[in-house]
Amino acid sequence: MSLPAAPDQDRLHLLAELRASVEIQSYGATQALSFGIDAIDSRLAHGGLDASGVHEASPASTTFGDDAAATLFWAGAAARFAGDTGHVVWALTRFDLYAPGLEQAGLAPDRTLYVEAKDETTVLAVAEDCLRDGSFAAVVAEVKAADQTATRRLQLAAADGKTPMLMLRRWKKAGRDPLEAPSSAMTRWRIGCAPSVQLGYPGVGRPRWSLELVRQRGGNPFSLIVEACDDTGRLALPSAAPDRAAAQGSAAVRAA
Amino acid sequence: MRSDEAGRSGASGASTPDASRRPTVLIERLGQRDVIFAACPFALSLGLVPGMAAAHARALVSDLEVRDAEPDADLAWLERLALHAALHWTPGASVDGPNGLWLDLTGTTHLFGGEQRFCQRLLRFLARLGITARVAIAGTPGAAHALARYGGKHIALIETGTEASALRALPTAALRLETSALAAAARFGLDRIDDLIRLPRGPLARRLGLATVRRLDQALGLLSEPIVPVIPIEMPSVSLRLVEPIGTAESITQVTADLVDDLMPVLRERGLGARRLVLTAERVDSERQRLVIGTSRATRDAKHLKRMFALKLERIEPGLGIEAMHLSVPHAEPLGSTAIGSLIVSEGAVPDLAPAVDQMVGRAGSAAVFRMAPRESDVPERAVRRADPLDVPAGWPSWKRPARLLARPERLSNVVALLPDHPPRRFTWRGMPYRVVAGDGPERIHGEWWRSERELWATRDYFRVEVEGGQRFWVFRRGDGIDAETGDLSWHLHGLFG
Repeated sequence: MSLPAAPDQDRLHLLAELRASVEIQSYGATQALSFGIDAIDSRLAHGGLDASGVHEASPASTTFGDDAAATLFWAGAAARFAGDTGHVVWALTRFDLYAPGLEQAGLAPDRTLYVEAKDETTVLAVAEDCLRDGSFAAVVAEVKAADQTATRRLQLAAADGKTPMLMLRRWKKAGRDPLEAPSSAMTRWRIGCAPSVQLGYPGVGRPRWSLELVRQRGGNPFSLIVEACDDTGRLALPSAAPDRAAAQGSAAVRAA
Repeated sequence: MRSDEAGRSGASGASTPDASRRPTVLIERLGQRDVIFAACPFALSLGLVPGMAAAHARALVSDLEVRDAEPDADLAWLERLALHAALHWTPGASVDGPNGLWLDLTGTTHLFGGEQRFCQRLLRFLARLGITARVAIAGTPGAAHALARYGGKHIALIETGTEASALRALPTAALRLETSALAAAARFGLDRIDDLIRLPRGPLARRLGLATVRRLDQALGLLSEPIVPVIPIEMPSVSLRLVEPIGTAESITQVTADLVDDLMPVLRERGLGARRLVLTAERVDSERQRLVIGTSRATRDAKHLKRMFALKLERIEPGLGIEAMHLSVPHAEPLGSTAIGSLIVSEGAVPDLAPAVDQMVGRAGSAAVFRMAPRESDVPERAVRRADPLDVPAGWPSWKRPARLLARPERLSNVVALLPDHPPRRFTWRGMPYRVVAGDGPERIHGEWWRSERELWATRDYFRVEVEGGQRFWVFRRGDGIDAETGDLSWHLHGLFG
């Protein structure tokens, strides 16, 4: 009876060792950047965005509004990765970002370096260099095509340099979702614009996004509606009673 | 050889002759007494001449401005001028005595429109510096020296071969003779150079010394007198000549690494850091291939430079083989010694971005790496500019701005909007109809009348609108809706909010 137990023990040991080695390779180290929102953090495998991994976000549709929302989503995350001292690299092929707008998502101009490369291969190469260099707080790259090999390379470089890689997967053409293709990213997000809450007076309320975590390593997908980044890059959950503050205000005015 | 010589009148580098109407002299201490070293034109006209005792001069002119002469400072000025000349006008420039400058103008004046134009330009340049000067261009340095100091004209040009006739009327002192020879010449009654030329050479040498004959011959062009030029700081460079021609990538990488290692001590010795490096490979067929790399900050980091070259080495075509490689630094900047920080570096230290920036530049090109910096303008597309990657730009005012801006505003059609200050209700953009559910605005931005006539009255009213489905756009209307001069009331889409 004791004879079969020994191989089982061995197998268990072997499994544990293999698991340990895999753990070290993929989740090297690490600290994660939490969103500060329990509804998101508790559902993420690391309690936030892994600081030495590849993360992908894609606009929910081909519309420009969703594209801008995904841009700001990464701008806010990069700003929070950078904090007060770090620098962010933003690599892309055609520069149409508006820096004052990004500053309002927390990405100050003295914290951001832009690289306008001539093609996507160069964008990925620059991103990999920056990841390995390790002197940046975050690297953002806008690409339309990146296959499993490319994302795997970036994942290894990110683990080497302990730098988060934030990929903005833009739409190549309508009908082909950029998140359909396989990838080695730790998390894959789909960001879209959502209608903001109607104010009791003329004006646009705080923008809202539909946040969909399509896939993550070691966790389940989920989706929810959040309020867009504020000027420090933080998201927020929509409050349960959106009309209350406005109603109070108007009541006070009426009383006066 | 044509040579030129600019003699400065007086020795004061930056004297301002007419600024104050007081006579000014410079004095120097000779033994126990102060003697006038130089005098301004006003003082000269009052009869104060160099060599006069300072006490005597003070007695003659009551409100005399007296300053100490600074021959060392003057010489430093002259050397700077010579260096400037060597970098701008001619490769052969040197300092001549305490108050002159040699310029070897052979084959260079045509670059400045001829000798006459060059002289005028030179005088204007010196006048801007506050220096009065006289220029003479002659075939020999000796003749130019004499004409500049004793010719009495601001610009003297004489043809090669006519030195003798041009110098005849000048005093013997113009020949740069020794003091004893001058005294002897005066005793013999030889006042003019003409007297010396006509004298038989044997007796001349016996009475005034062989040095006098040599000076005379140099002035007349019978003896050569080379100008030893000042050399501007030379470029740091190293070379390797190879025993066998090389052609493989590994060997080229190895030789490049060796060159970089050789260059670092050269730079360190001079206290320089490289900003631009040129790697030249000489092929067997005597073709030269060049690779240029630039760094964003002066550096002596061999590892970093090797990595930068490694990015570009594939562009070298070895052909039949490379037999020599050179590495030079055309642009270097002072770089002091650096502390070894690895032992005491703290956890929160800010990493140096310069190596990473260089690497990005090496991959994507120097224009491709930049920061965005504010420019003082309210017009959105003019409020940003590209800045150097190592700049530290400030931010923008916190008016709501979109995340992406269209390259140029795009015209909207089928717009329904209330005038003058309501956002549109609906519009069509790129063939898609949109219905607006909420809008913020207007934010009025006026044209910049100092830029062009058309912007004098132009205004744009910007609105942030949210359409059905949640997309948020930045649209504007030309004109304020009241005055027709401010715009044609057309609607445009300019940016996209997230």
